[in-house]
Order: sequence, then structure tokens, then C-alpha cells
Amino acid sequence: MNLNDLPDSRGHFGPYGGIFVAETLMAALEELRVEYDKARKDPAFMAEYEYELRHYVGRPSPVYHAKRLSEQYGGAQIYLKREDLNHTGAHKINNTIGQALLARRMGKKRVIAETGAGQHGVASATVAARYGMECVVYMGEEDVQRQAPNVFRMKLLGATVVPVSSGSKTLKDALNEAMRDWVTNVESTFYILGTAAGPHPYPMLVRDFQCVIGNEAIQQMQELAGRQPDCVLACVGGGSNAIGIFHPYLAHPEVRLIGVEAGGSGVDSGKHAASLTAGTPGVLHGFRSYLMQDENGQIIETHSVSAGLDYPGVGPEHAWLKDAHKAEYIAVNDDEALQAFHDLCRFEGIIPALESSHALAQAKKLAPTMKKDQIILVNLSGRGDKDINTVARISGIQL
Amino acid sequence: MSRISSTFDRIKREGKKALIPFITAGDPGKGLTVLIMHALVEAGADIIELGVPFSDPMADGPVIQRASERALANKVGLKDVLAMVAEFRKTNAETPVVLMGYANPVERMGYEAFSRAAKEAGVDGVLTVDIPPEESQGVADVFKSHGLDPIFLLSPTTPESRIEQVAKAAGGFVYYVSLKGVTGSANLDTEDVAKKIAMIRSHCALPVGVGFGIRDAQTAEAIARIADAVVVGSRIVGEIENAPENEVVNRVKYLVEALRRGVDAASR
Repeated sequence: MNLNDLPDSRGHFGPYGGIFVAETLMAALEELRVEYDKARKDPAFMAEYEYELRHYVGRPSPVYHAKRLSEQYGGAQIYLKREDLNHTGAHKINNTIGQALLARRMGKKRVIAETGAGQHGVASATVAARYGMECVVYMGEEDVQRQAPNVFRMKLLGATVVPVSSGSKTLKDALNEAMRDWVTNVESTFYILGTAAGPHPYPMLVRDFQCVIGNEAIQQMQELAGRQPDCVLACVGGGSNAIGIFHPYLAHPEVRLIGVEAGGSGVDSGKHAASLTAGTPGVLHGFRSYLMQDENGQIIETHSVSAGLDYPGVGPEHAWLKDAHKAEYIAVNDDEALQAFHDLCRFEGIIPALESSHALAQAKKLAPTMKKDQIILVNLSGRGDKDINTVARISGIQL
Repeated sequence: MSRISSTFDRIKREGKKALIPFITAGDPGKGLTVLIMHALVEAGADIIELGVPFSDPMADGPVIQRASERALANKVGLKDVLAMVAEFRKTNAETPVVLMGYANPVERMGYEAFSRAAKEAGVDGVLTVDIPPEESQGVADVFKSHGLDPIFLLSPTTPESRIEQVAKAAGGFVYYVSLKGVTGSANLDTEDVAKKIAMIRSHCALPVGVGFGIRDAQTAEAIARIADAVVVGSRIVGEIENAPENEVVNRVKYLVEALRRGVDAASR
């Protein structure tokens, strides 16, 4: 099977993915599918997308050999794909640029988005300002309080931030509310979904827009190290940064792909967000995948120090890659991620996002088991400025 | 013939239109649901739509979301809902019951196991809001093989070319969602609905129920003039939310009686 053939025409990755939405959205998703199919074959569209990535986002993002960290961990050489250096500070903008260009092409003047930590909200507000669109961002009430600087950032960029008070008041509820907005304003509004999840065609188009990460990395590793890494690590919440680097590497089956989920207080504690490691298949937010759910099929609350990984589902392509043994998925706990966060600050002068710190923590475990001439490539999906309040609070420091 | 089809036949013979009230199972209390169901029948319900609570009711407005949250706080799951239907069936063998909810609780139980248990409990139809016909091939067949009618939605955004496809998968009746939006939205344009229903009828032989935006006897009457069935959800669930617990049953009965008069006024 050619991996680039997935998903099939109705959005299935094996048993996962699909289109599980109420009837009102079916026509809008079909319109999006048809329009995206045209856009990606349109050289003018792709040229504009690439121009924006280069001149507005600052791509290509470098690959950096973290020599001091490698020495410290003792073992494999650790390389970082620096998505933290993108405009707005994370990989999210690769996708929001692509979707905003699609929205403009489809004549939609209003965009909506859901956000957890606020990174996707900021990236959506940014492109809405850039292209002159109205932007409404849904954010769980809890997250609005936890991520005040990002809320203000979105407002500075002209977006309206709507706090969501239903359910657990976090990312999954923000997604529910964004869907409700979309179903109500379906003709005027483009929904910029932030991760490689949701109903078809979102998992596919978000992946495609994020594949720039892996495509660049393959070329950069060749230039920098003369070969491809032995192992690629990426954190997985919904899974957009991971699929963006994994997918191009599927053409290199000798490269081990490891997705790192949020283990929270430990997978055995029940307080985590590791849906691939500890969840079961089900249907939520328009697609079938592994979910955190109870025996009655109700979605259960997730826990992670990282708001961006605090989601009870995972993109359907990851579910398929797991079952097909083409990628491995493991969980790293909050305390391990925090330690890796501090390590990167101290040894490399880079403040990583708490999400990306999960991938770094796995590198810390893996590197000593490998030889010095082996290579681990970590997708450093975002910078950690947004997380300094959280880290200070956990360390008992008042800012 | 299914209980839903024979009910529509009877109503047609009587020259009337069907009234389908919706309540969320387990709201406001586990013990009240069966009492409310009987009250709905006494007040003139032809079919009962029973909502299965779900943690993430993506297609519902705030009123039904809150009902779902209350039911979940009462620890009501799909198995409890089936037990309620079985309890209701002990003294009512005539009124069809349609379960309405989201895919995941059913998926979790397993479509085969769910269908068997639902049929045994006395369920007649199943509407899983987030399983469109495209994803339902296997599912609708499993429902049908156990004698359950798969109910599907049609909406203002459904293109004419899709109606036939939906109708082919459906059983019992089709449910036309009269508004773009979530449950509990307002501003119903009956002229627009009438046009769409005419289009639906040209592709679909099943009875057409209309829901979303029906709030009182007047709107119920207007919809009963053009549709085969009138579905009322948020208005009733809102009444349940606002009533003191010892008055819930009577308040619901009073409201549904008024809706019944509205529906019947259309056939006079």
C-alpha cells in the first residue's frame, strides 16, 4: 500500500478517521474537500503558500545539532528541528497559513478556531489579521485563565476570544463550541482546525500543510549529518507536529518514529492524556480514533502539565500508524517533561514548549541506550515563553 | 411492519399529524424519566424521542447540553437508558421510542450488542446524530437486521442529490432539521421549510418529521401543516430544567398538551 494514498476518498485510515458529523456539516466538508483538492493541484496556490512560509513565517526552520545536550545525556547525537523559531513561536502557523489561504480562495470572510494553550488561537488570529478576516477563537474557561498572555495576544491581533464554560471547560469543549458555531454559520465561515484530527478532510489537509517540517528535515539532515537520523521523536496531543515530521519519513522505513504522549501523573494513575498508549478506539469530534473514555463511552477528563497535549483523542493517522506498527507511541510523565525543559534551557540556551519537552524527555531516556554515532532528531515544535508561568508555579516561584 | 411505520399509518388514517417530544433520559433524575414518558403519552405524544446523554454533545445547544450534564451527573449511561425503556414498555406496548444520541456510547457497547439489547428493551428506532449515511453502511444494516429503524437527519444544507442516498439508508421516518445551527435555535421560516419538504418528498417515501425551532402551539401548528410529524426538544427540556422537581411531570404534561392542540389545529 502506498502511504500517500491514505486516507481513502472518504477519509479513512484503515478503520480510523472518516466523517462523523451531523448532516448540516456534510455539505460544508464536501465543499472543503473539493476546494482543497483543486487548490493543492493549483501551482499558483502552492506558490503563494510557499512564499508566505518563507517570507512571513521565516522558513525553512533550521535543524540544529544540540552538542552540549548530547554530551550531557551521553550516547546518541541529538538534533533539533527548530519549529520554535517560526513566527508566532510554533509549528501551528504552517497550517493556519494554508487554511487561511483556502478560506480566502473559498470567499469566506470569517474564520473560527478552537484553542487549548492558545498557540493555535494565536496562529489563527495572526493569519486572520494578515489576510483581513474576522476571527473568533473558542477557548475553555479554564484555559482562558491559565493562558492569560495568549488571550491578550489574540485580542491584540484583533480576534474575539469566547470563553467556553460547558463540560470540562478545556480544549475538547472549545472544539465542541467551534463546531456549534460552524454548524450555525456554515455558509459564511471557515473553520481553521488546529490539529490533524476532526472530520475528513481536516486530518489530511492539516498533515499536508505540516509536512513541510519533515520534508525540510530530510534534506537538512542529509546536508548537516550526511545521513538520516536513526530515530525521530515528536510529542503527540492531537498529533499535528508529529504527523508533519513522521509522514515524510514513512518513505524511510529504517528510521524509527516515536510519538510521545502526555503521561501526566503517570499512565497508571489515570491522570494523563495518553490516548494511544492507554485509550481505546471510539468516535469523537467527527472521526474514529483512540480515545480516553469510560466503560459507557463517555469521554473522560485528561491531565497534563502541557495544555497543548491535554486532549482526549488523537489524529486518526497516528491510530493507524500505531496499529500498522509503522510508528511507536509511548508516554512521558509531567515531571520527566519538566526536567527535560530545564535541561534544554541550561545546556542549549533554548526555552522549549512544555509540549515539545515531552519529546525531549524521551530523547533523554533513549540517547544513553544508543551509540555516539547514532542520531536522534527531535521535533522542537514550539518555544516555551508561553509556559514560564506554569513552570514558575510548579517550582513554587511567584513571578 | 415496525411500530413506527404502523403509528404513522394510523395517524394518516385519522387525518392527523404526529407529535414527537424529546427528553433527555436521566434528567432531572434517574427515577423521573419513565414517569415523564408516560405523561408525554397521556398528553398526546405519538412517538417519544429519548436522548442518550453524552459528554460531548456537539450538535446540541446549551439547553440540551445542560440536560446531558445533569443526566451524566446522575450517572446515567446507555445501559440505564435501555433499562428505562424496558420499564416503560411494561405498561405501554403502543408508543414507539426512538433513541437519539451520539455514536460513541453505542460504538463502545458494540453495534451488534447494542441492537440486540435495544430491541429487547423495546426500542423502535435509533438516531445517532454524528453517523451520517456515508459512515453507516454496516451500522444501519445491523440496526435493520434487529428490527430497529435507523433514523437519519436532513438539513437545509443537504443538497438535493444526497436526499435519495439518505432515504435509502433510513427507516421509519426522516428528520428534517429546519435550521442551520444547534438544537434550541430560534427563527423558523416555515415557507422555506415547506419548499424543502416538497423537495424531500419527491425523493423519499418515508414520513418527514421536522424539528428545531418549534417552541409553542403556534409554531407546532405551522409545521404540522407541512410535515408529517412535529419534533419538539429544547422547549420541553427547558421546561424540565426550570420546574421544581415535584412539578416536573405536570409541567411537561401541560406543555405537551398545548403542543398537541397546536398540531391538531393544523388538521382541522
